[in-house]
Amino acid sequence: MIMSKRSVIPFGPQHPVLPEPIHLDLVLEDEKIIEAIPSIGYVHRRLEKLIDKRDFKDYLYVIERLCGICSFMHGMGYCEAVERVFDTEIPDRAKYLRMIWCEMSRIHSHLLWLGLLADAFGFDALFMQCWRMREKVLDMFEASTGGRVIFSVNTIGGVRKDMSKDMLKGFVNEFNSMEKEIRRLTDVFLHDYSVETRLRGLGILTKEDALRFGAVGPMMRASSIAQDTRKTGYLAYNDIDFDIITSDECDGYARCFVRINEIFQSINIIRQAVEKIPDGQISVPIKGNPDGEAFVRLEQPRGEAIYYVKGNGTKFLDRVRVRTPTFTNLTSLINILPGSELADVGLQILTIDPCVSCTER
Amino acid sequence: MSKMKKSPWIMHYDGASCNGCDIEVLACLTPLYDVERFGVINTGNPKHADILLITGGINTQCESVVKQIYSQMAEPKVVVAVGICACNGGVFKDCYNIKGGVDTTIPVDVYVPGCAARPESIIDGVVKAVDILEEKYENMKKKGGKAH
Repeated sequence: MIMSKRSVIPFGPQHPVLPEPIHLDLVLEDEKIIEAIPSIGYVHRRLEKLIDKRDFKDYLYVIERLCGICSFMHGMGYCEAVERVFDTEIPDRAKYLRMIWCEMSRIHSHLLWLGLLADAFGFDALFMQCWRMREKVLDMFEASTGGRVIFSVNTIGGVRKDMSKDMLKGFVNEFNSMEKEIRRLTDVFLHDYSVETRLRGLGILTKEDALRFGAVGPMMRASSIAQDTRKTGYLAYNDIDFDIITSDECDGYARCFVRINEIFQSINIIRQAVEKIPDGQISVPIKGNPDGEAFVRLEQPRGEAIYYVKGNGTKFLDRVRVRTPTFTNLTSLINILPGSELADVGLQILTIDPCVSCTER
Repeated sequence: MSKMKKSPWIMHYDGASCNGCDIEVLACLTPLYDVERFGVINTGNPKHADILLITGGINTQCESVVKQIYSQMAEPKVVVAVGICACNGGVFKDCYNIKGGVDTTIPVDVYVPGCAARPESIIDGVVKAVDILEEKYENMKKKGGKAH
C-alpha cells in the first residue's frame, strides 16, 4: 500500500468562491482534509475602539458599518442597548417599523446567500436569478429608507423615517408576487438532482456538536435545535405568530432548507406586521448622557448577535462590544471540515453563511 | 459612453471593508446592472485581470495581500478604489489599524466615492478605467515595450 502524503494547502484570503477574505491552512492527506487552521484579521478595523473618538450619537453611524449585509440590525442592536441604558420605551409604531426592516434584511441576506451558494456549486443561472430577486428587496429598502446598503434609519429612541399606508400595502403586494417566483427558485435548490448531490451529507454537524460548539442561527436550527432569539419577544415579535424552522438532517441541505423556509417565514411576518402596525409617533426624544450598562440579544440572518454598551454619564461611552454570529459558527466550521474533500471546501465554508467583516470588525 | 474598446476582466478584492461595497460590486454583475453585456467578466485569477477593484481601507494584515495581487497582474493594469474607505479610509480613518486608502499601498487610477458606492458609479468607474487602460497600452506601445 502506498502511504498517503501530507501536504498543506493555503486557502484564501483571495479566493474566487469567497467574496470576503478569510485564510485557512488546510492539512491534506491526498484529497482528504485532516485539519483546518484559520487565520483571520484581514478585515480587522478595530471598530469598537472608535468609541473613544465618537460620541454615542455619532457612533450609531459607525456601528452600522460593521457589516454591509445586516447594517440595519447592527444599528438597531446598538440603539436598543443604548435605549435600555436610558430606560426608554420606544413607540409601538417604531417597533413595528424596525421589525419590518429586520425581516426585509433577513430576506435579502438569505437570497444573497442562496445566490453565493449556487455560484459555489457552479450553477450560474441560479446565482443570477437569486440576486435578481434580491434587487427587488433592495428597491423596497431604497423606497423606504433612501439607501441600498447603509440605511441610517435608526436613531436612539426610535426610527427616523415613517412608511405610509400605501407604501406598506405596496410592499406586501410586491412580496406576494415575489413569493411565487422565489418558490420556483427554491424548488431548484431543494429538488434538483444535481444540487441535492452536492448538498446532501455535506458538513454534518450533529445536534450534540452544535450544542458543544455553540452554533447559532440557521446552522443550529439545521441540527434540530429549536431556538430562535426572536421568540424572546424583543420588538413586537410577541404579537406575531411564527414557528421556529428546524431540520434534523444536520447537513448542508438542511441549512439550505432552513434558510429557504425562513425567507417565506419573514414574508409572512411582514404581512402580519403590516396588518397590525399601530398609528402614532415614530420616535421619542432622549435627554442627557447614558449612564449604566445594558445587554441586548437579537436574531440576525446568521444567528444570534449580542450587543453590550457601558456608559459613564458623559457623551462618550466606556465600552461597546458586539458578539457576532459568524464568530461562534466558525468553531463549527473548523470542526466539520476534517474528513471532507478539498473540492468541497468552498461550499462547506458557505454553508455557515460567513460574514467575515462583522466577525473581525 | 461611446464604445468600449476592450472587454476588461475585473478582479475584486475586499480590503478592510464592511462588505457593503463588495455586495454592490457583485450586484453590478447580476441581472439588474449586468456589466457582462459590456464584456466585463469577474475573474478570480490576478494574472487574467486588467482592472483591480479594491473595496475598503488597507490594514496591516491585508497590505501584503493587496501588494501581492497587484504585482501578479499583467501590464497594463488599472486600479479602481471603490467606496470612500478605499479612497481615504472613510469612517474607519481614525481606527489604529487602518493605514488609510488604497493609495497608501498601491497606485490608484480611479476613485469611486460613496458609502456604499452605488452600482451605477462603480460601472462609471470601470468605464473610466477602460480609457486609462487603453492609454497605458498606447504608452507601452510608444515606448517600444512588449505590448503587441
